[in-house]
Amino acid sequence: MQIAIRKLDQITIVDVSGDIDLSTSPDLRKVLLHEMRELKIPRVVVNLTSVRYVDSSGVASLLEGLKASRDMKSRFIMYGLNVKVTQVLQLSKLLNIFEICENEEQALKP
Amino acid sequence: MELRSNPEMLCVVRSALARLAELLGFSDSDSHLVILAVDEALTNIIRHAYKGERERCIEVTFRLLPKTGDSVPQQVLEIVLRDDGEPVDVKRLHPRPLKEVPIEELKPGGLGLYFIRKNMDKVEFGRRDGKNLLRLMKALPLSNVH
Repeated sequence: MQIAIRKLDQITIVDVSGDIDLSTSPDLRKVLLHEMRELKIPRVVVNLTSVRYVDSSGVASLLEGLKASRDMKSRFIMYGLNVKVTQVLQLSKLLNIFEICENEEQALKP
Repeated sequence: MELRSNPEMLCVVRSALARLAELLGFSDSDSHLVILAVDEALTNIIRHAYKGERERCIEVTFRLLPKTGDSVPQQVLEIVLRDDGEPVDVKRLHPRPLKEVPIEELKPGGLGLYFIRKNMDKVEFGRRDGKNLLRLMKALPLSNVH
C-alpha cells in the first residue's frame, strides 16, 4: 500500500493505492488521525480509486477516521470505491454510515 | 503451502488463492469472498494465536472434495489452516457485523470472524496434535466439476 497526501486550501486528499490489510492498515490509520486530530483539517478526503483490496483491519482504520471526524466536527469523505471495497463495506453493514462520493470533484464541492 | 506468520505474506496467499479460485470457475465476487475469509483467518492466527510473532509457521492446504448428500454432482473447495499457537477458545469467539449502534460505540472486534462465517459455506474449528485447525469449505459453481 502507498499513501500520498495532497493539500488544497482547507482540505487534505489522501491518495491510497494497493491493498489495505493487517500489514498496511496501521499506516493508513496513523495518517488519517494525524490529519484530523493533530492538524485539525476540516475536511479529509480519501481517494480509494487505486485500492484493490481491503480487509477488516482496513475497515477498522477507516472507521477510526470517521470517528475522529465526528469528534473533531470535521468531514471524512471517501471516493473511488471499487466493487471489492464496496462489497466489504456492505458486508460490514457500514456502507451507509460513511460519506461516499462518486469522484473527487463531488468530494471537493463546498 | 507453508508460510511464516508475517503480515507481509498475506498478499502472497491472496494472489495464489485468486489464481486457484479463477481456475476452479468461481465468479469474481465469490473469489473475493473466499480470499477475504482466508485472509481474515490468517490475520486472526497472526494476531491471536501467535500474538503478532512473525516467524511462526502456518500451514495452508487446499483440496477438492465431492459434496455429499446432493443428487447433482458438485465439488467443494476445502481450505485447512493449521498453526501451533495459543489454543482457540471457540466459546469466546463472537462474529458480528457492525450495525445498529451509535458510531462512537462501534468496535470492529469480531468483524474478521464474521466475514469468515458469512463468506464460507462451512467453518469448523478444531485442535489436533497440539495444533489449531480451521477448516473452511466453499462449494464450487455447479457447472464446474473437476
